[in-house]
Amino acid sequence: MAFYVVQFLTGLASAASLFLVASGLSIIFGVTRIVNFAHGAFYMIGAYIAFTLTERFSGAFGFWGGVVAAALAVALIGVLVEIVLLRRIYHAPELFQLLGTFGLTLMVEDLVVLIWGPDDLVGRRAPGFKGAVDFFGQNIPSYDLFLIALGPVVLGVLWLLFQRTRWGVLVRAATQDRDMVAALGVNQKWLFTSVFAVGVFLAALGGALQIPRDAVHHAMDLRIIVEVFVVVVIGGLGSIVGAFVAAVLVSELNAFGILIFPKISIILVFLVMAVVLIVRPWGLFGKPEAAARKTPGLSVNPWRPLTLNERLASLAALIIAAMLPLFAGNYALTVGSEIAIFVIFAVSLHFLMSVGGLASFGHAAYFGLGAYGVAFLAKMAGLPMIVCLLLGPLLGCMGAAVFGFFAVQLSGVYFAMLTLAFAQIVWSIAFQWVSVTGGDNGILGVWPEKWAASPSHFYWLALGVAALVTIALRVMVFSPFGYALRATRDSLLRSEAVGINAKRIQWTAFVIAGTTAGIGGALFAYLKGSVFPDNLGISLSVDALVMVLLGGVETVSGGVIGAIVYKALNIWLVSQTDLSKLVLGGFIVLIVVVFPKGIVGMLEILAQRRRKSSPPGSSLLAKPVESAE
Amino acid sequence: MSVAPPLLAVEGLTKSYGGIHAVRGVSFSLRPGEILALIGPNGAGKSTCFDMLNGQNKPDSGHVRLLGEETTGKKPRDIWRMGVGRTFQITATFATMTVRENVQVALISHGRQLFNLWGSAPNVDRNEAGRLLELVGMGGYADRPCGELAYGDLKRLELAVALANDPKLLLMDEPTAGMAPRERVELMRLTAQIAKEKSIGVLFTEHDMDVVFEHADRIIVLNRGTLIAEGSPAEVRGNPQVQAIYLGEGLLYEGGHREGASA
Repeated sequence: MAFYVVQFLTGLASAASLFLVASGLSIIFGVTRIVNFAHGAFYMIGAYIAFTLTERFSGAFGFWGGVVAAALAVALIGVLVEIVLLRRIYHAPELFQLLGTFGLTLMVEDLVVLIWGPDDLVGRRAPGFKGAVDFFGQNIPSYDLFLIALGPVVLGVLWLLFQRTRWGVLVRAATQDRDMVAALGVNQKWLFTSVFAVGVFLAALGGALQIPRDAVHHAMDLRIIVEVFVVVVIGGLGSIVGAFVAAVLVSELNAFGILIFPKISIILVFLVMAVVLIVRPWGLFGKPEAAARKTPGLSVNPWRPLTLNERLASLAALIIAAMLPLFAGNYALTVGSEIAIFVIFAVSLHFLMSVGGLASFGHAAYFGLGAYGVAFLAKMAGLPMIVCLLLGPLLGCMGAAVFGFFAVQLSGVYFAMLTLAFAQIVWSIAFQWVSVTGGDNGILGVWPEKWAASPSHFYWLALGVAALVTIALRVMVFSPFGYALRATRDSLLRSEAVGINAKRIQWTAFVIAGTTAGIGGALFAYLKGSVFPDNLGISLSVDALVMVLLGGVETVSGGVIGAIVYKALNIWLVSQTDLSKLVLGGFIVLIVVVFPKGIVGMLEILAQRRRKSSPPGSSLLAKPVESAE
Repeated sequence: MSVAPPLLAVEGLTKSYGGIHAVRGVSFSLRPGEILALIGPNGAGKSTCFDMLNGQNKPDSGHVRLLGEETTGKKPRDIWRMGVGRTFQITATFATMTVRENVQVALISHGRQLFNLWGSAPNVDRNEAGRLLELVGMGGYADRPCGELAYGDLKRLELAVALANDPKLLLMDEPTAGMAPRERVELMRLTAQIAKEKSIGVLFTEHDMDVVFEHADRIIVLNRGTLIAEGSPAEVRGNPQVQAIYLGEGLLYEGGHREGASA
């Protein structure tokens, strides 16, 4: 019995830190509507700075002062980030802020290694809380008891802050309707900045308070950010009390899940999140979000099929790409194959995200399912490669059919979070069902047959499939189905009023996107000769998002271009420098600030300017565009 | 004389929220080609009534029948399939698509081509879309992105979209709200003309009494959820109960004592 009580208390102690970070994320989202991916990075910097300060200054004052000073310092960094970066992109397309903050996260991951080194750092024990308390023969670290008490205290302080101060009233008002608050003469700029500072402070404090419990390391940001997303979603976006309850819930699930279901402990949390999202999409303590005011006059260029000239140019590009084996070596061809595969992956997400307006945060699940599908068929059933390539993606298709059915019932951030939860569930299964998937060791020896084994042959195969997939999806964009899908994206109300079953359209799109991603995954398995749980992990899902956003989420060709640029740059940087994340992150941040419409969006704007600046009489330039329609 | 059921028959429609009776036992009917205005002060239950007709809201009791067929409890998209077009109080269009594409989506849906993955949508019903746009005077705007349109043009586009499935009945929720006076007259004249030509029944709610009295064949008046008057514009205009609602208890003001006391 005592053991379970101790386990419960350990869970509560973990909840404190999780609550701090989650409440910060929740406040920031509530007011600015930014999904701050860098929140985990701020948490990590908080821990690192606190480590340095508490090592340097001894004594109780040194420790507690160091913890608070670290949080304040990181809050200051947050203010800087908000003013320099976020202020420029509040009006960028939705989720673009996510890309910007993701770029920041990449940079921070390299920066902390650069400053503090790659090794785990074990921090000092908290003065006054070094020992353990005996509880019926079980030991509880006294620091845990301190954390357990701290959680409700912080909750109380935040509650007072929001209920009793003018600033808190403004924040609550802005969470409900920020346009109205702005209309009432509140300086929105500084409200946003201060909210961001408070949110970041909480994240950094959460990180700093972890150092007596856990070693500080340079991957702690990703680990916490996923958990924090889960907490915020379960609790309800924008709800502090919700964040507290959910933090406790998630921590206890983690603490007891490992005892009761050791095999599927990781799934448990995501399963709960999925159920909450399906039953109560706005979270336990959240409120259904009022539809945001959309200003008419979106600056989106109407989509049109390629003109004849553009088609010829694309064909020429494809032919040039197909000639790569004539002059490139094996390494370049392998890289080329990988890029082609990622083009497939990116266009599949683009179809869902740009055409359907459904930004999946777990698209790698279907990529990975395709890869595992091939691995099962090839290794267990021993089927020939061509059959595996055709049937493997069906696993992605089936996964998308099941998960997509639930996911499309939601929209916006909730859709994103549910897809993330599903992807994590799939990942956990791949990771923990060792007897079938090999767990962390993966499935090895999935090699292509002779006809596709040489780098040049495999490259042609990947390129050909990529071209076919891209063309097929493009045709679909301009098919009646594509129009219907865009219609559901633009206005659910109107689509239903013209007889469109929006959910079925979106579900179909989800299955198409999942199957296509599965095709990419199937090729990927043969390219690498192996399949690992990473093939359906979060970082791969994020890669897909970045590729689409980088190319331009409002454009038709964004997926293709984004995949080529991102993947090529990524591979090249990794081969050139140890600080590839820093450079890549910096590049992404730069793109976000300078070209908020993505690469293709920027090219379109340039082309438009050229057209406008040409004299009105020169109909030669204008004509092909009109006839393009 | 008429054995055939009316185009739209509403019987005893009732809906309450908590203890508040938003709509109580409302019944009326509508003939093909007839333009019927549903009026009443704020909070009279017009919108609740409207939402129950188009399927966005379920009545507690009562029936709505379209040509004798029950529509109560059906989804908006199914009611649309039965031949009911609608426009919204606050326009709802596909903002990133062009004006023509907006109409084409409705035509694609009408032609049951929604799951056609390989056809070329830009060519689907292109002429029909153009014809509908001409009809509402939007022919020149076909290639403009819908997000760029002025409000009055959006309202006309909505009308074109609503006409795409050859409706038998048009439901228009405050069709002229937010429009300039001249635009209002034009839009309603156009609607009336189309309704007469194609024998479409039109039910609309409206706050502008000039629009109502000029274009409606018949008017029904709601107050506090119940139907208090029904008749031709002249009859309704002369109805003392209606006057009382719209003009206040006129007699009280005659002496001039209560000036300023009314809010």
